[in-house]
This record gives sequence, C-alpha cells and structure tokens, in this order.
Amino acid sequence: MSVSEQNERGGINFARLLMSFGPLLFLVALIVVFTVLKPSFIDPINLFNITRQISITGLIALGMTFVILTAGIDLSVGSLLAFCGMVAAVVAKGGTANTLSLSTTGTQGYGWFAALLAAVLVGAAAGGVQGLAITRLKVPPFVVTLGGLTVFRGLTLTISNGGPISGFDASMRWFGTGLIGPVPVPAIIFAIAAILCHIVLRYTRYGRAVYAVGGNAEAARLSGLRVDRILVSVYVIVGFFAGLAAFVLSARLNSSEAVAGIGYELTVISAVVIGGTSLFGGIGSVGGTVVGAALIGVLQNGLQFNNVSSYTQSIVIGLILILAVAFDRLLKSRVRR
Amino acid sequence: MAEAASPVLLAVEGVTKHFAGVTALSDVSLDIRAGEILGLLGENGAGKSTLLKILSGVMPPSSGRISFDGADYAPSSPQDAKRAGIVTIYQELSLIPTLTVAENIFIGRAPVGPLGLISWKRMEAASRDIIARVGLSIDPMTPVSALSVAEQQLVEIARALSLKSRLIIMDEPTSALTETEVQRLLSIMDRLRQDKVAIMFVTHRLEEASAICDRMTVLRDGRLAGHLDREGGPIQLPRIIEKMVGRAASELYARPAQRAVAGDVVLSVRGLRTVRDPEAPHAIVLDGVDIDLKAGEILGVAGLVGSGRTELARAIFGADRIAAGTVTLNGKQIAPASPADAIALGIGLVPEDRKHQAIFAALGILPNFSVASLGRFSNGFGFMAERRERDALSGFRKMLSIRMASAEQAIEGLSGGNQQKVILARWLARDPKVLIVDEPTRGVDVGAKAEVHQILVQLAARGIAVMMISSELPEVLAVSDRIVTMRRGRITGEMPGVEANEERLMELMALDRKPRDERMPQDEGRAR
Repeated sequence: MSVSEQNERGGINFARLLMSFGPLLFLVALIVVFTVLKPSFIDPINLFNITRQISITGLIALGMTFVILTAGIDLSVGSLLAFCGMVAAVVAKGGTANTLSLSTTGTQGYGWFAALLAAVLVGAAAGGVQGLAITRLKVPPFVVTLGGLTVFRGLTLTISNGGPISGFDASMRWFGTGLIGPVPVPAIIFAIAAILCHIVLRYTRYGRAVYAVGGNAEAARLSGLRVDRILVSVYVIVGFFAGLAAFVLSARLNSSEAVAGIGYELTVISAVVIGGTSLFGGIGSVGGTVVGAALIGVLQNGLQFNNVSSYTQSIVIGLILILAVAFDRLLKSRVRR
Repeated sequence: MAEAASPVLLAVEGVTKHFAGVTALSDVSLDIRAGEILGLLGENGAGKSTLLKILSGVMPPSSGRISFDGADYAPSSPQDAKRAGIVTIYQELSLIPTLTVAENIFIGRAPVGPLGLISWKRMEAASRDIIARVGLSIDPMTPVSALSVAEQQLVEIARALSLKSRLIIMDEPTSALTETEVQRLLSIMDRLRQDKVAIMFVTHRLEEASAICDRMTVLRDGRLAGHLDREGGPIQLPRIIEKMVGRAASELYARPAQRAVAGDVVLSVRGLRTVRDPEAPHAIVLDGVDIDLKAGEILGVAGLVGSGRTELARAIFGADRIAAGTVTLNGKQIAPASPADAIALGIGLVPEDRKHQAIFAALGILPNFSVASLGRFSNGFGFMAERRERDALSGFRKMLSIRMASAEQAIEGLSGGNQQKVILARWLARDPKVLIVDEPTRGVDVGAKAEVHQILVQLAARGIAVMMISSELPEVLAVSDRIVTMRRGRITGEMPGVEANEERLMELMALDRKPRDERMPQDEGRAR
C-alpha cells in the first residue's frame, strides 16, 4: 500500500488500530509477563516447543477461519481429526494391526505419502458432505456438524475397534517429531499453510467471495456469486486441514488414537474468535487466527511453566475468550460512533 | 357515522421531526375522535411512517405537542404506548409464529391459577371471546404459523382489543390481502367504530380509504397537505389525489434535457407470472406482465408498495422463480435461474433495500465495488489484479463524483447517496446491457437524488436500457422516457414520459380500471 493511500485514509483512529492489533499486543504482553515470572520461558527451546504444540489446532483453525468468515461453524473437526488419523494409520500400516514395531524398513503399508493423501482427501470429502447437507438440506451448520461430531467419532471407533493404531515408520514420524534446523517440522507446515491461507483470503477472487458471502449472503447472491458453492468449499477446506492436522498428530505421537481430538473444536474456535474473526461472518483474517492460536498456546505453556494446574488453565482460557470478544465489541461500538 | 359529539381522543399539534439535518416531519397537526376512522394518506416519503413511529413510541418528536385522552402523551417505548392505549399494527406482523393464537393474545400477561401457573382453560376461553369480536372462528389453540396473513392480522387486532386499546393504528393493513379479505377487514373496522374504538388507517389504497374513512389527513413532503371531511357521502377520489399531489413539479426534479431517441428493444417480457412462495406470503404474485425495454431509454415503472414492481425486477434478474412467461434479451429467449446467470447475460440490478441486499457493511469500498466483476478484476490464476481494480474504481469515483476518503474506507461510513453511487459503479464496471434500478434514491438525500438521476440519464445516453422502479412520482416523471404503471401484479397503463402527470399515474397505480373479477363470496353463492 502506497504512502499516499495511507495518508488519504486519514480516518485511522486509535480504536481502529487497537482492533486490528489488540490480540497481538496482548500476546506480546503475555510473553513479557511470563518471561518476567520465569526467564527461562523465553528460551528458544521452549518457544519452539510452543510452536509445535499450537501447530495441530492451529492448522485446523486456519480452515475454521474460512468457515467462520462465512458465518458458519464446524463442530466436527475434533472427531474428523481422529477419523482422518485412523485412516492415515490404516493406509500407512496396510491394516488395523496395532504393532509397535518401530523400525521396520520393508513394511507392508503404503508409506507416508499415501497416508497423508488419504487423510486430507477423506477430511475434505467429509467436509464436502457436511457442506452439501448445509446448503442442500438447509440444515444449519451448527446442527450438521454437531451430527458430524458424533458420526465421525463413531466411525473412528468402528475402524479401530476402540483402540489406537500405533507404530509408523521413521519417514512418517519425521513430520511430527523432526526438526529443520531448530524448528519443529509441524511448525513449518503450520507456517506454510498459514501463509497460503493468508494469500488466498487476501489476494484471490475466491477470498473476496468468502468475505462477501459472510458479510451479506443475500447481497452476494444478488451480485452474482454462487453462494452455495462457496459455502460447500469452506467446509471442504476445514476438512482438508483436519486431515492434515491428523496426519501430523499421528506422526508426532507415533499413534492414531480413537480418542484423539476430543474437545479440539472448542480450542480451534477459540483461537479463531480470539484472533478477531466475527462469528457473524465477513470480518477476520488469517493473521488474527495465527495470533489467536499462539495466544492460547503461550497461555497454556506459560501457566504450565508456572505450575498452574490444568484445571485452572481451563478457567483462564475460557475467561480470556469471553474478554477478547467483549473487548472487540467495545472497540467496534466506539468505531461505529 | 361518528357523531360529532365524540370528544377528541388524540390530538397532535405542530409536531416536527428532524433527522441529522433532514426534516422528515414539519409542523403536522391532526386529531382523531373515539369511534372514528381517520385515513392518513400521502405519497412515499410524505412523512407517514415518521408520524407513525412517533405515535407508537418508537421515537420522540423534535418538537410539538401530543395529547391523548386529555393528558399529555409522550411514550418512551412501544410498550409505553400500548399501556397508554395506542396499539400499532404494522405490515410486518409481530406475532410469534410458533405460539398459539391464545398465547399470542395473552403474551406476557397470561391468566394464572392459584399456584401461579398458567391457566390454559381461562386463557382459551378468554381468547375465544376476543377473536369472536373480530369475526374469527378458529380454535385459539392453533399455532399462528398455520394462519393466513389476513387471519394473523385479525389476531393482532384481537390482541389490541384485549389490551383495551382505544386507538388502533393500522399501517397498510390491506396490501397483502385478497379482495374478500379486504372486505372482511373493512367490515370489522366498521364494527370497531361502533364500539367507540378510534382507528387510524394508513393506506395507499384510495378506494378503500374512501369507502371507510370518516375523515382523512393528507401529508405531503413532511407537511400537512390538508384535512378532508365526509360531507354527507364518501370522500371523492379526485379530492384525495389533488391533496396528495398538490404541487407543481418541484425544481428538484427538473426534467433533464431531452435525450436521443430510444433504440431497439433489448429486453422483452411476455406473460410473466410467478408463484406464491409459502415462505414469503407477503410477496406479490406477478399475473401476466408484458413489458419492452429499449436501448438508450429509461423506462419508469411506477407502482405502490405491493404492486409487484420489485417482484418484476427480481423475476427478470433470476432472483425469484418464474412460473410462466418468457424473457427475451436481444432476441434470444433467456431463462436465468439465478442472479449469476442474469448477470452473465448483461443484466444488472440495484436492489430496493440497499442495506440488506446490496452493501457489504463490514467491507471496504473496493470489495463492495468489485464484487460483481471479480472475474474481470482477476488474472487466470484467480489472483485479484488490484491495480486494475483500483484504477477502475477511481475512474468511477470521478465519473460519478463519489465522495469517499479511500478505497479501504468502510462503505458504511459513506452517505446513502455515495453508497448508492458505489453500487451503481459495481454494475457499470460490467458494462451491462440492461440496468434495473429499484427505488434508486431511497434513503438518499435531496442533493444526491438529482445526481443519481443525472447518472441514470447519462447511462441511457450511452445506450444502456435502464428500467427505473420508483414509488416517487416526481422522480418517475423527471427521469423516464416512457412510463408504465403497475398494480396488483399487472401492468395497468403505459405512456410517454412527456405526456404523464402525477394525477394520471396515481389513478393508474391506485385505482382499479375495470370492475374486479373477484368471484362472489363462495359459500353464499353456492348455497341454495
């Protein structure tokens, strides 16, 4: 953006500025506080550790940003993650056997690439089916994906017979545990995905259409956008990311658990909302979501670092979520005036 | 009918209302007596709805006095107005569809038994009595969603009666009713009059007003245009029309200089019909519309609320389903199944309700401008060509003199007129063959109105076929090369713009030309 345009804008006020950078400022403040409390918090090892922790829910949150931008919601992502993880495991191992043979070179499975492909395709397909149910059957997203939440969990348990499928080869595990330089591989995957999502939303006509549909679906239709197709596509995207996250998580744990991802939908939605994306659609950004995910990660890690129990962590994160949205509301009412 | 002896129930004296520099209502006075039906008439924008909002407690007047039943009346909320005894029944009914008739009537004040629990028996019995007063013979335990619009309206009136309301204000109550339903409503209004209830009947339907009203108050441009009295017989229509129109064509609507002659027919509509949508029972059904639109002309479509003018636009644009009839564009029959299809064929629509149907309030001006031409402003890989997009916007910004700070500015921050110009630019960016504008200057201030009119004339001069739908007659007269009038889903007249005047148009819009072809009330007709 050129300087002259910046000047032309003129109307930038403090509240508007705070609105875009509020979550980021809060993140920085948190890091400072935790560092003061315990200087080792700022240690690169710990920081990279945080990036590894947030990358799983962060990946899903990227997809969720698309969904929430259209004023939708996807509650099924936690279950879908478990399901895709199980699919990846079956493909990687060529069966449902739960053998913890860590270093078999000539496995009977199909390898990490096939596993990855299967996970993201199944995730995208599952998202597509939910999207079709939302647009064709006119069932609200909340209901469709609430149904999906149970259905995918049930499918997962059916495939795996309730237990985990563990033991992947080293090439697959690298995606969860490997490092490139000092940086964990999951963090790199998350970073690349975030940049791609940012580009799509910010610079493509598809991104414009997503904002338009979320901002005013009727106006979007009357402007010639194929609203239903765009709605289906965002559920495909979030499904794709649930599949990708599932692959990374299985690789990291060297196991696909039938109970993986329980409650993830809430963390993911919290990250998106804390990042400033409006549940009513049309407002939000990938940058915000990344900050939101980081904020939750830092908070969890920092509290743990200071020996705060996980019970208390839950309380704190819940309160932060409410405060973040309340703050956003407050600023918006200022800006409107 | 109403004896002159009845005391004045509601007296409005010198009421004025300003909105952000605009005077919506200026020094209006009227009064209404118990047992009297007062018609409140006026063209769109005359100030009727502002007055209604003041009387029903939605907003206070800027100045002036209102007294009700001898005491000062200054309601702070609609509830307050209700408590005082004034109930307003809007076109958009306010019943809760999932609850029963009885629950709706007694909402918030259900009769309770000794344990503080709702006494359904008493509620049902009381409801039965009340709905009988409005001539309804339905089970009070029926959910409201199962009722027709007419029946729902009667339930609202019944609720007003049960609240012991002394003044019932009805806003366009007949616009969604069939002829038989209208007659039933009018007879119930007459019965209420005998029960000493005062009714303010706000309507566009001059014949109905003439048939039932004891007196009329006519507003024009936010001012009192005059009062009319029944002098022995019903108030005659020409007297009403004269009062409503009244003025010489205002200079604000000066007719732009004559333009080039219209070219060939671009859009041709024949026998267009639509079906009633069960989800939108208020919508008007098109009943065989024929219309031709030529290149380079502005066709004015004049019609009142409920005439089917908006539905015509939506049907051509593919936004509503067509039941029968053909739409031909440049000689080729088209069947747009969605707005996207119509847009691809070269049709644009500036919809009636800017806030809900046109603008993306949360987004900046740039995405609002380019949303209908994302394909034109992006490259083969789907990336936006933002430079081209910005250049196009700044071109239109000059051409339409859009007053804005930057392309990033939220569109919400613009005035109504500038928002409308952005929406016009949205379509101009596509070079449409046909541009339909529905109430193009609604919510646009007076200065910008003339600018919008000038823009429409320029577009026509460039060869675009422009169809302008409007309920503001001065606007239709100022801008149109040719004018058609609509009423009840049909075209009722057509004339060149230069030959039209407000009286002629108002007659065609508001009166039935031929005797009504409505069947006789069926049960009686069939009985031996």
